[in-house]
This record gives sequence, C-alpha cells and structure tokens, in this order.
Amino acid sequence: MSDGGAPTPEKGKLALYWAASCGGCEIAVLGIDDKVLKVAEAFDIVLWPCVMDGKVRDIEKMPDKSIDLCLFNGAIRTSEQEYMAQLLRRKSKVLVAFGSCAAEGCIPALANMNTREEIFQTAYHDTPSTDNPDGVRPQIETEVPEGTLHLPLFYDTVKTLGQSVEVDYYLPGCPPEPDRIWDALVAILTGQLPAPGSVIGATTTVCDTCPRTRNEKKIKEFKRTWEIIPDPDTCLLEQGVVCCGIATRAGCGALCPTVGSPCIGCYGPNEGVVDFGARMMTALASVIDSQDPDEIDRIIQEGIPDPIGSFYRFGLANSLLRRKALAHNGDGRVAEPA
Amino acid sequence: MSESAFEPKIVGFLCNWCSYRAADLAGTARMKYEPNIRIIRVMCSGRVDPTFVLKALSLGADGVMLAGCHPGECHYIEQNYKTIRRFKMLKHTLRALGIEEERVRLQWASAGEGALLASAINEMVDQVRELGPLYWPGNWADNEGSQDAIQALPREHAEAMEVPA
Ligand code: FES
Repeated sequence: MSDGGAPTPEKGKLALYWAASCGGCEIAVLGIDDKVLKVAEAFDIVLWPCVMDGKVRDIEKMPDKSIDLCLFNGAIRTSEQEYMAQLLRRKSKVLVAFGSCAAEGCIPALANMNTREEIFQTAYHDTPSTDNPDGVRPQIETEVPEGTLHLPLFYDTVKTLGQSVEVDYYLPGCPPEPDRIWDALVAILTGQLPAPGSVIGATTTVCDTCPRTRNEKKIKEFKRTWEIIPDPDTCLLEQGVVCCGIATRAGCGALCPTVGSPCIGCYGPNEGVVDFGARMMTALASVIDSQDPDEIDRIIQEGIPDPIGSFYRFGLANSLLRRKALAHNGDGRVAEPA
Repeated sequence: MSESAFEPKIVGFLCNWCSYRAADLAGTARMKYEPNIRIIRVMCSGRVDPTFVLKALSLGADGVMLAGCHPGECHYIEQNYKTIRRFKMLKHTLRALGIEEERVRLQWASAGEGALLASAINEMVDQVRELGPLYWPGNWADNEGSQDAIQALPREHAEAMEVPA
C-alpha cells in the first residue's frame, strides 16, 4: 500500500461472499476502479464466487481465523447461506456485513411480508409463466439412482447477517458507494477502526448533506413521485413527497434528493435510530398539517398506501418486528416454538 | 380450559399530568382494575416514540396502551395532537404487519377520570385476552429442520469433493 495504507509485509487473505443479494454489491467493489489492484497487492483472494473459481471445501479445510478479512454481502434466507455465514465467521478474523442486505435485510427481506408457503405458491404455481403440470416444488432431499440430492432449506423469515453470526463491522448502502468502500478498506488495512460491532460510515443524516432548504412547512397531503414535479430548491418532505433523508445515514452525498427524487433509505438507519420505520412515522407525523383525526386518517391512508414499502424498504429484517405476523393457527396466536 | 389460563401482558405509557393521575385516582378511590397492565410514566403522550410500542411488542407484550390528556389539554400545548398523528401512522403500519386493532390503543383520560381509565384498561384486557397471546418473537423462531440442514452441509461437501482413498 503506497498511499493511505500501512505497508503489509505479508499478504493478507481476503474472502468475498454473496448470499441473498442482487449482485450489485459485487459491482460496487469493482467501482473502486484501479484501486482494486491495490486490494490485490495487499491481499490474496481466497474466495470470491462472483469473480473466480474456488471451492467451499478448501475454505472448510483452512485453520480457523486464517482469513484476515471477509466482505459478506447478502441476507440469510436459506440454510446454505446460514452455513456459509457460520463458516466464514469461523475462518475470518474480521467479518464485515457488506451492503444493505447483509446489514439490514434490504429488498430480499421484503419477502418477510409473506411466508415460504406463499412464495412457493406464487413462484412454482401461480405466475402466468410457470409451467409445472406435476406441481413440482423444491425438496431438501431427493432420491435419485445415483444417491441423495440436497437443496438448501428455504426460510420463512429472511435474516440479516448479524442475526445469524457475530459481525465485526457494518458497511451500509444499497450498494455501498465506492468511495465509502475504499475508506473502509483503508481503515481496515491501517487498523484505524471504530469499536467492533459498529458501522463504518457517517453519523449524520442524508438531510444534513442535502442541498435543499427546509422551512418547517406542513402539508395537507402526501404525493407519490409521479404526481408532482418538485420545486428544485425546497425540502421534498415539505412538498409532500415521502423522503426518508431524515432517518437515513449519510454516505451517498444525497444523490437522489439532489436530482429531485426522494431518499428511499438505502443507506439504512442513522446512528441512534433503533427502528427506521418508527423514525419515519415520527417524521411524517410532524409534517401533517391537521389536528382532526378523520382528516389525519385520510391523509395517511391516501398518501401512504404501502407503509412497509415506504418505511421498511431496506430494513424490514432489521426492524424491531422483523416481519409480518406468521399464519396464525386459527385462533389468533402464533405457535410457540417447542 | 388452557385458554382461560392466558393472562395478557399490557404495557401502558401514561402521561404524567393527566392519565397517570387518573390511575392514581383510581387507586386512592379503591377502584378495581385488571392487574395485567404494567404502567410506565412518561411526561407527555407526545414522548411516546413509535419505537417504544414496537419494542414492547417485540419483547413479548400482548398489547400496548398509550394514555394522555384530552386533545387541547396537553400540558405541552399541542403534543398530543402529534400523538394522534403518530399513533395513526403506527396503526397503519401495524395493520400491514398483521397486528389486530385491539392490541394497540390510544386512550384520553384527564386527572379526574380514574373510573374512565380503569374501565378502558379492563375493556382492553378483556379484548386482548380474547385475542390470545401475541408472542411476537415466535414469528422469527428458527425454521423447523434448519439446524439439521446446516449441520449436514460439511458432510455433503466432503462426500461430493473428496475422492475416497
Ligand atoms: S401532558 Fe398529557 S398528553 Fe401531553
């Protein structure tokens, strides 16, 4: 490492893994451009399924704690992903929840509004493009003449990486901005790290980095993005657009509100925000200009047709309630686990 | 029979100036109300962040009551109007998550309305008892068989990747 990093006498070992994710985090890693060569200077890459060949079996055979850094993106929704999380936790000195899926569940965790049964029903039976006359569904074990075939178990509830194993650092963002990735890598390589378990990133909100002006104006209705061409200079929330900047950690440079699109919260909750949705509920309650319960009801019902999509688009798995209630067993109660 | 053995746990956030005094009044007047409510005193209903309600439910409460001064009588001017807006926003969200209406309730009770508060508590306890336990943490318990499936993987990898000697 020549600039910013300490010289590394011996190359460290780096693993990158993906679980329930879209692949955008992988591309974000490459977004650091030619600095990726510096990463290659500092580390031998022992696992990176998106980019190179490598066998899990080889990782299993490595001594514990022999990987210096593992960047793990993706949420945990199958037994295989959970196994990989446990394996890489054991083998790594530093495990980073890389990106929104690993950190807080992100889009995959919106599946927590449904059950496994509902998802299978849609995917293997109901969609118009499904052709499945025998009603075949994934089985965790299938007997064939050659032996038994296995598929991972699909979970009812998507989990974050931190809900599965202990995580050393969180790097938020959907995906993390390349500059923030580089900052984090430099911090890790030079040992200039915050306390374990914390987020590597800003401790302010997107609002704090947004160029728009706030006037403490209140509103009579919320507007969907297609209903309004917002004024370019004033706060979007004060124009009735549900903008999540107030709850969201800075790090993106307020890219969306700067170009007239509301913040949707992809950088996750700011420091000190326990539940992203609760913070948004409070913020939106403050801008509604009404004291009349019926009118308030109307403003909310009409303006926020999908509260989970608006408040928990990126963080349902990491929210206090984590999911929609599971199918009740007939009398309004969730079965207690044995 | 086992149904009647269920006693709901209700968390109550009561504002210092009206509703907590109403509860006090109910006590000094020896009015009886169900012991299922655990009362937490807050300075104002406007102090109750939706986070508090979500946290109570996530930790196993079967219901949550918010109580404050009547609209227009809040000791912090108009904070309880904010409470109305937040509460409606919260209910809108809880509905989407499949939580029944009766489990989270907003109740106005002035310092003189001990009887009103006591009967509201009794009514809510009855309703939630009728609904049964919420037991929210049960919603994210491990899937049946997940531990076995995880433990089977290294063996399967070994079988697939190692050539027996
Ligand atoms: S002081 Fe009672 S509701 Fe505000």
